[in-house]
Amino acid sequence: MNVPIMADLAAEGKKPEILFWVGCAGSFDARAQKVTKSLATILNNVGVDFAILGNEESCTGDPARRAGNEFVFQMSALQNIETLNMYGVERIVTACPHCFNTLKNEYPALGGNYKVIHHSQLLQELIEAGKLKVEGGSFKGKKITYHDSCYMGRVNGEYTAPREVIEALDTDLVELKRCKTKGLCCGAGGAQMFKEDEPGEKRINMERTEEIIESGASIVAANCPFCLTMLQDGVTAKDKEEEIMVYDLAELIVQNNNW
Amino acid sequence: MGLEQVIFVMITLVAFYFAYKQFSKLRANVFLGKPDATEGPTGQRWKNVLLVAFGQKKMFKRLIPAVMHLFIYVAFLFTQVELIEILIDGIFGVHRFFAPILGGLYTFIINFIEILSVLAFVATIVFLARRNLLKIPRFVKSEMTWWPKLDANLILIGELVLLIGIFTMNGADVALQKIDPEHYPDTGYLAISSTFSSFIFDGLPKGLLVTLERAGWWLHILTVYAFLNYLPKSKHLHIMFAFPNTYYAKLKPRGEMENMPEIMNEVKSMMGLAPEGEISEEIPEFGANDIFDFSWKNILGAYSCTECGRCTAECPANITGKKLSPRKILMDIRDRVTEVRNNLETGDIKYIAEEKRGEGVKLAPENYDDGKSLFDYITREELHACTTCNACVEACPILIDPLEPILKMRRYEILTESAGPAEWTPMFTAIENGGAVWQVPDDRDAWTREG
Repeated sequence: MNVPIMADLAAEGKKPEILFWVGCAGSFDARAQKVTKSLATILNNVGVDFAILGNEESCTGDPARRAGNEFVFQMSALQNIETLNMYGVERIVTACPHCFNTLKNEYPALGGNYKVIHHSQLLQELIEAGKLKVEGGSFKGKKITYHDSCYMGRVNGEYTAPREVIEALDTDLVELKRCKTKGLCCGAGGAQMFKEDEPGEKRINMERTEEIIESGASIVAANCPFCLTMLQDGVTAKDKEEEIMVYDLAELIVQNNNW
Repeated sequence: MGLEQVIFVMITLVAFYFAYKQFSKLRANVFLGKPDATEGPTGQRWKNVLLVAFGQKKMFKRLIPAVMHLFIYVAFLFTQVELIEILIDGIFGVHRFFAPILGGLYTFIINFIEILSVLAFVATIVFLARRNLLKIPRFVKSEMTWWPKLDANLILIGELVLLIGIFTMNGADVALQKIDPEHYPDTGYLAISSTFSSFIFDGLPKGLLVTLERAGWWLHILTVYAFLNYLPKSKHLHIMFAFPNTYYAKLKPRGEMENMPEIMNEVKSMMGLAPEGEISEEIPEFGANDIFDFSWKNILGAYSCTECGRCTAECPANITGKKLSPRKILMDIRDRVTEVRNNLETGDIKYIAEEKRGEGVKLAPENYDDGKSLFDYITREELHACTTCNACVEACPILIDPLEPILKMRRYEILTESAGPAEWTPMFTAIENGGAVWQVPDDRDAWTREG
């Protein structure tokens, strides 16, 4: 796959228009890697001039910070900001809402100022500009529901771009019982991804999966690698993995366009 | 000056004096928190006060309680006109001072108040039913123990008493206007009192009517004074604190956790990005384990909370049966502040931290140590259950942020105590050593070489 690395471009004296911030999940988690590849495929097909940092990228520090470990956050974040500033990065796209939030809202206080965009927003922009064509695909008329990630939804107020992408695929978008500002968390945020649940009646992702089943949708679209994991776990635990597919928006587009 | 006037003025002075004392104490309690500069555009802050506090914008996410609450709220606002009149009448020994001055406008205002009061009466009954009969889930959660429940009911019953006072006063007055127009100036036709007054009050002896009118008048004003002095001890304080709380609410992006410059600078100097700072002798404390470590705005938020439980009803942890309840976090902060204040007031030197004791040293917030902390109120299990999803922040009708205190306490646990969930340690280590949240080979772009 043709994915330019920032250091290589810099060696040639080139600078891409936009940096694709892959994130830990996108780099290492088998499921999230598929989203990463899908987004890279889209960027290549549309002809977006991009690059990744490769091994020069580190965790943004989000889970450490929200767990309370400011030291680890600062170490990782300051390292990243050094790297980003060294390359003179101006625009960043990422498929992870947690990376998005930290890069956009938390790095400025540490000296990192970039125009950060989430891939659901970039996809919506590309579709609207006519650069990304998605008409008449295999999702036409399909009942799809959308799970708002907390960090794109409530935290950053982005409710429309992901929905517009789904609707551009001529799908039948159905809303979950709790959506938009009232969207229910998948259960992974705030570093919950890295620990067992506290004692309770059920897991948060099971509560959310029940709503997904209730919606009658055959596909649930998400825009966060951690949501993907949690929702897939929920769907599997409910024995619904044959009936309900869990996809990221980028994957839907790649499938739709047979890329 | 008549005896009634003298009694009224004395009671008024006493009521205001004790209220003043209590509110001064509240103010001091809020400022037990750390200084916190108010940044960002003032215009936006006033806009929040107007739309969110005054305009009740966020209440309307839940329509039925919003409409009911609006009735009580608007009735409360407009009844202030009648209250001002009661004060003037009481002090100067006059009767319905505004009636002859305002004329038709007076009739309009009193009618407006009467109609709103009936709506407020209905709303109050509905609210009592929602709490005590329908047992709406958010009102019966585990933190809603005897006092929060009683507090809520006392407020609602107090409101009913206020309204009964108003209607007794107006109803008897309308009847008296017919008997003794000289002493009882014409209020014009009152939608509720003129209509219903005839059934109850017409034909009653004048002496009884005068007594009833006075009884209604005194009942109303005494209940108002009781409320004024009850507010500082009650969740009902939100009727005042909602305004400063919306004004001081954070304007920065929700997703931005407060930066910790002291740690940032230390890490920078470690990484050679900044000159080495002076190394402090004292072992630094980070985060919050008690109210003194919070911003005063966190404490203001806790006091502003009216325990409506919208935050808890939206909290994914609470929904799935975990112990965390954002409302309880706020209630705990407030209760801890009260405990600290009560201890401070004793002046007992046993509350002075041992290392700070000495001759002539007086108990003060700066040397306070009662051997307890907020961790005696808020368990770690609660803190660890938070997903930082911001549902509580979104849900609060008056812009309280229950998430910030949770995160500050997490910081204390991790940074100061080096405690916290053991499962997090591998994640911290992985980020610190390998730059990824998992222990993985240093091969971030391996995916580019796969199919």
